[in-house]
Amino acid sequence: MQKTPLHESHLKAKAKMGEFAGYDMPLFYEGGVMEEHLWTRTKAGVFDVSHMGQIILEGPEAMALLHTITPSSFVKTPPMMAKYTVLTNKDGGIIDDLIVTKITDTKFFAVINAGCKEKDISWIDENLPDSVEMKRLDDRGLIALQGPAAEKVLHEVLYLDILQLKYMRMVQIDDLYISRLGYTGEDGFEISLPAEHAPTFWERLCEHGDVQPIGLAARDSLRLEMGYCLYGHDIDDTTSPVEADLAWVIGKDADEFIGSKRILDELENGASRKRVGVMLTDKGVAREGAKILSSEGYEIGVLTSGGFSPSLQKSIGQGYVPPLYAEEGTEVLLEVRGRQIKAEISKLPFLPAKVKTATSKKAG
Amino acid sequence: MGAKKYTKDHEWISVDGDIGVVGISDHAKDALGDLVYLDLPEKGKVVSKGDEFAVVESVKAASEIYAPASGEIVEVNESLADEMDNLGNDEGKGWIVKIKLSDASEIDNLLDEAAYQNYLND
Repeated sequence: MQKTPLHESHLKAKAKMGEFAGYDMPLFYEGGVMEEHLWTRTKAGVFDVSHMGQIILEGPEAMALLHTITPSSFVKTPPMMAKYTVLTNKDGGIIDDLIVTKITDTKFFAVINAGCKEKDISWIDENLPDSVEMKRLDDRGLIALQGPAAEKVLHEVLYLDILQLKYMRMVQIDDLYISRLGYTGEDGFEISLPAEHAPTFWERLCEHGDVQPIGLAARDSLRLEMGYCLYGHDIDDTTSPVEADLAWVIGKDADEFIGSKRILDELENGASRKRVGVMLTDKGVAREGAKILSSEGYEIGVLTSGGFSPSLQKSIGQGYVPPLYAEEGTEVLLEVRGRQIKAEISKLPFLPAKVKTATSKKAG
Repeated sequence: MGAKKYTKDHEWISVDGDIGVVGISDHAKDALGDLVYLDLPEKGKVVSKGDEFAVVESVKAASEIYAPASGEIVEVNESLADEMDNLGNDEGKGWIVKIKLSDASEIDNLLDEAAYQNYLND
């Protein structure tokens, strides 16, 4: 199993470790999932996300490449601005979801999912124009600091000048790439840094009274409350961005990107299924794989994520249903171990995002 | 009541006559973490040793509870649904079901207290 540069720090903190995407990762620390989740919503949690892939695409045709492999447009994106987008395949399915930051018109930084790293890189390589170089930043770690105290902590601990940094923007300070975004719906940052500096950086953050390390289990419950997709579960090679309710990533004039035929057709005529939020209105917990039934008991879909929401103290999930059932408030049933639990279609996110902006749409 | 006997899946059973009282160990409860829901069986359900008869949902995951012996479930501790913290070694509060045993000898090869503690320490 692979290890991140922070592996030793997790063991020292007595994390319960487990395998994720080929890495030995912290699932939770001593406080447990519930406490870590609520801590992140009220203070600041620090997450090791060094297992994710970091790449640079650089060259005269780097932007043209992104306009081919994603449905997004980067033409009007200002320098140092990040965008959530997807890599699409020829059938309009999603190869991966990722954050792409435009450094300049000819240089882009992308963060891709750990489990998709090799697949993404060979896909990009297949489509790479001669003038563009793809560089893997395998020698860098990635640390997320998330929560209402994140700004204060980063400022106090590292004296970093990030108070002016806006949502979905990146700043480079020495060899740190600091982006104001995340996967929790809270204000926060993702900091890319040389692997050898990661443990010291991590430990300094953890020494702050408002900071606790947070494992992958709470990372999952935090993102689920925000209705963010988990690749391989809520989206995959078969789901299109329109089905996944990610049509907002598609650029206004996008036309010639890979998979555009299906995606633009669905954009115009609608897709046969849509990703929705589901909230249980009766007791129980429904997890990935639970069948979604209409109130009359017909199978209409399946949950792609599900679990207990520590913030709402209710069970929530997301899954795909035909448009007829996708409206907020529609009553459905979830089948769990042969039992049917009452639920309803819910708006996403389940909680309002508290990211630092008035104008942003969604984080990645 | 007889002394508790344990399965390697961390259920305990204590037998009085032909009735076995069944729960899960403190160790199992602690390992599950934050408990959020308990899926209890219906009274009258007939189970075989090793059958899943209840499920504990924690924030982390769903964990099955298996019957340590065969028989008919004659009583269910419904109060646990609202007081999941009572789960564990405390037989008075933490029992989950009472099973009318069809073969009391089935519990002979379960672990006794000392053997269970050794098993946990291994």
